[in-house]
Amino acid sequence: MPDKPIEGEKRVFMTGNEVVAWAALVAGAEIMYGYPITPQNEIMHYWTRLAPKYGREFLQTEDELSAGFTTVGGVLAGRKAFTATAGPGNTLMQEPMSMAEAMRLPTVVVIQQRGGPSTATVIYSQQEVTMTTLGGNGEGLRIVYSTANHQELFDYTIKAFNTAWKYRFPTFVLGDGYQAKMRESLTIYDPASRGIELVEAEPYFGKPGVPGVDRPPTQLRNTYNVEEELYEVLEGYFRDYQKIAPEVAEHEAFGLEDSDLVVVSHGVVSRACKAAVKELREAGIKVGYFRPITLRPLPVEAIRETASKARQFLVVESAQGQLARLLKEAAFGCPVEMLDLFKPGVGITAEDVVSRVKEIVG
Amino acid sequence: MSVQPAMPKSWRVDTKPHKFCPGCGHGLVLKALGQAIDELGIQDRAVFGCDIGCSLLAWDFFNVDTIQTHHGRTTPVITGLKRANPNLIGIAYMGDGGGYAIGSQHLVNAAARNEKITVILVNNTQYGMTGGQMAPTTLPGQKTETTPYGRDPEKTGYPTQGPEMVAAITREGAYVARGTVANLRQLKNYLKKALENQMAGNGFSFVEVLSTCPTNWRTNAEETWKMVEQELPKYFKVGEIKVPGGQKEGEANG
Repeated sequence: MPDKPIEGEKRVFMTGNEVVAWAALVAGAEIMYGYPITPQNEIMHYWTRLAPKYGREFLQTEDELSAGFTTVGGVLAGRKAFTATAGPGNTLMQEPMSMAEAMRLPTVVVIQQRGGPSTATVIYSQQEVTMTTLGGNGEGLRIVYSTANHQELFDYTIKAFNTAWKYRFPTFVLGDGYQAKMRESLTIYDPASRGIELVEAEPYFGKPGVPGVDRPPTQLRNTYNVEEELYEVLEGYFRDYQKIAPEVAEHEAFGLEDSDLVVVSHGVVSRACKAAVKELREAGIKVGYFRPITLRPLPVEAIRETASKARQFLVVESAQGQLARLLKEAAFGCPVEMLDLFKPGVGITAEDVVSRVKEIVG
Repeated sequence: MSVQPAMPKSWRVDTKPHKFCPGCGHGLVLKALGQAIDELGIQDRAVFGCDIGCSLLAWDFFNVDTIQTHHGRTTPVITGLKRANPNLIGIAYMGDGGGYAIGSQHLVNAAARNEKITVILVNNTQYGMTGGQMAPTTLPGQKTETTPYGRDPEKTGYPTQGPEMVAAITREGAYVARGTVANLRQLKNYLKKALENQMAGNGFSFVEVLSTCPTNWRTNAEETWKMVEQELPKYFKVGEIKVPGGQKEGEANG
């Protein structure tokens, strides 16, 4: 059995779903649990072809509830475990992920967003932002990376396993149907060859010794008897989350220094926005570009700083204001005006953004 | 020094007395399970998963690694754990609502896939923790909070026959039985065989246990015992239903 899935690095031309499977392999994922739903299916297809060659496992479950809860079980056994889903499957996934939040379990879930609400389209959207960042009956104690291209899908899937096991919050890679199905060039690599150290998984259950004799038993609960008991646990979680948020939060930006108008977007839409902003700047129109890479936690300081200098934000997304709501909360009190270009469940081109900006600046 | 009742070695003594209502059957099931764990010497590698419902109160019951899951979701959690580390002995412990209603798809599919786990389902004919509503196992005519005039099978069906269903969808290698808290020696024997079946890697093992709920049945001690010993077996036949490659209890010399 070959030791490493990738030696050094390799230039490839792949679909995003294939990229995710390779990234999970090199990140040391040991088991995937999954249930078919478009547009994430090929993650399972590639994983089931690659996994046996490297001693990794797969289980096809009866639904996404089971895919999420078996992932929880895999993590409890001390394995790097993950699943992938989309749309209505993401809805079901919120139940197991709320348990992962309650117990601080390092599950990794890859979401390839599709149209909503309901079954809608199998194609594409950015309509799973609210659910992925704040879903479940909880407080959003999770980490969400929104990727824009295949290189990032590879980089951030590896990173997601490290972040999850380092900080012990459930971690999501938020892609979409375009990224899932599109073929693109990227460099895949052995993380060690880039100096990326993989965080080791460790078992919660089945540690050496007899519980109660050689060691205390590991007993994890999510149910509390009194309000104060729950409050104390959550206060601890919020403190931890607040502490790690600045370490985890990421964003990219350019052209902010001289711009009154800043185009804000995330994920694959940020590619259109980046191209549009470059084109507009070359034409002498001063527009800035800002993109949160983590949607949870958001890069709040950077958003507030930008929102304090700029006069207007143009929020561009393939949803009816799901990113905009997060931004409004983060920028609350800043004097920035929020303008929008929302196309729920529909792709956005650089031309769309350019014409919207021209409409605004006149 | 006061005399301590004999407790299984695998029980966590500092959490006793346990949290179940007086007359509840859970304590008896967990005693039989504790004895089975002791006799098999698997305290160090058993993982106990408890559902939501009254079974959630068992989250600190044993000196065994324990996970409290969601309502109906103990089967997939233990399945995922066992798949990820087959050396562990996975025990999924749930009630009749968790196993036969909200979690029935997990039970059916885990059984059909022949997952190498042990599911113990405690049947007390109604939802205890939420205050005594109708369950899939409620007897015809039985009064509950959502069948205040008695369960009408025309409108709500007949009691779910869980072990019979599991036996029908499992193949060779599965162990399926129905025990009762009215016969603890037999129950311990069934639980032990179920766990041994998992340890041998044969396949899925499932034990339903007929149990008591005097709080929601609103029965006194005598009525409670009559219900579990005489009434429940009229609908739920006690015994081994499927034994891998061997003889069922009592058939050895038959």
